Amino acid sequence: MRLLTHNMLSCNVKGVTNGFPLIIQADKVLEKPAELNHDFLRNMFYKVDWKALVDAAKSMGYSELPESAEASMLESLDFLNRFHHALMELHLEEGALICPETGRKFPVDKGIPNMLLHEDEV
Amino acid sequence: MKLKNLESLLGDLEQFSNPKIELEQYPTGPHIASRMLYTAENSFGDVSGKVVADFGCGCGTLGIAAALLGAEHVLGIDVDAESLEIASSNAEELEVEMNFVQCDIQNLKLRGLTVDTIVMNPPFGTRRKGADMDFLSSALKVASVAVYSLHKTSTRDHIKRAAIRDFNASTAEVLCELRYDVPQLYKFHKKREVDIAVDLWRFAPKRVQ
Repeated sequence: MRLLTHNMLSCNVKGVTNGFPLIIQADKVLEKPAELNHDFLRNMFYKVDWKALVDAAKSMGYSELPESAEASMLESLDFLNRFHHALMELHLEEGALICPETGRKFPVDKGIPNMLLHEDEV
Repeated sequence: MKLKNLESLLGDLEQFSNPKIELEQYPTGPHIASRMLYTAENSFGDVSGKVVADFGCGCGTLGIAAALLGAEHVLGIDVDAESLEIASSNAEELEVEMNFVQCDIQNLKLRGLTVDTIVMNPPFGTRRKGADMDFLSSALKVASVAVYSLHKTSTRDHIKRAAIRDFNASTAEVLCELRYDVPQLYKFHKKREVDIAVDLWRFAPKRVQ
């Protein structure tokens, strides 16, 4: 699972109001090379939650993203490379996603998070 | 990629080994899947370079088709672990990158407007009434550009009305009518194969002001 997917997911348990971002427990991280697409990254920059991405990348062992970012940084190839690597090339293979509000754990197995809810959580 | 090549690649995908009737698991055939994604890309530019989600992805056919046509990020969502396992190995087989999440579409919570396009072959709602409508309603909440979906032609008026009136679609358009081959998958199927008429729809959500 890419961090782009992580950036979209929030805890879906009924009644949870601050279920984003999910905390990452990284037991196994994979790096898979992907082709860098400038236009896509420029577009994504305005859609991702930057802080969530920075923290997620850190929990996956990658701390090369600046704590805060602004659009002018998109002119820098170095910045684009780091952004691309964090968003598209780091994959959470085994571990868990944890709700920041309730601590509910969603296991990640073979790269697939299990967001199924129990009967009393719907 | 040519339509013919796309269809032939999708024809090699593994399909459900033990389909679950309660989930209305029917494979999306390569004929329909290739035409659906080819139209989305070549008539509307909704696939290449986009974030695409496949709702109720099953064995991943539509999402894989999107990836083959150049989608930048593809997310397949399904409630069934076995299907996701097949989908994941199908993607690997064709060497395309696809992310998966195991979740019931009804309980899915995706943040923001990151997903551009949703492609889906939802349950037709023959086993659980309204299942098709639940998918459509969720999809129109998540997609920022368009939703492509298959629905029985017999439900055309109902779908159009519900999409515009209840689910906040700005447009709902039938792109073409296709024949959906339902193979004899389940015991209750008396005939070897049945053809049903389905519509390929394109819905556009209302833009958020």
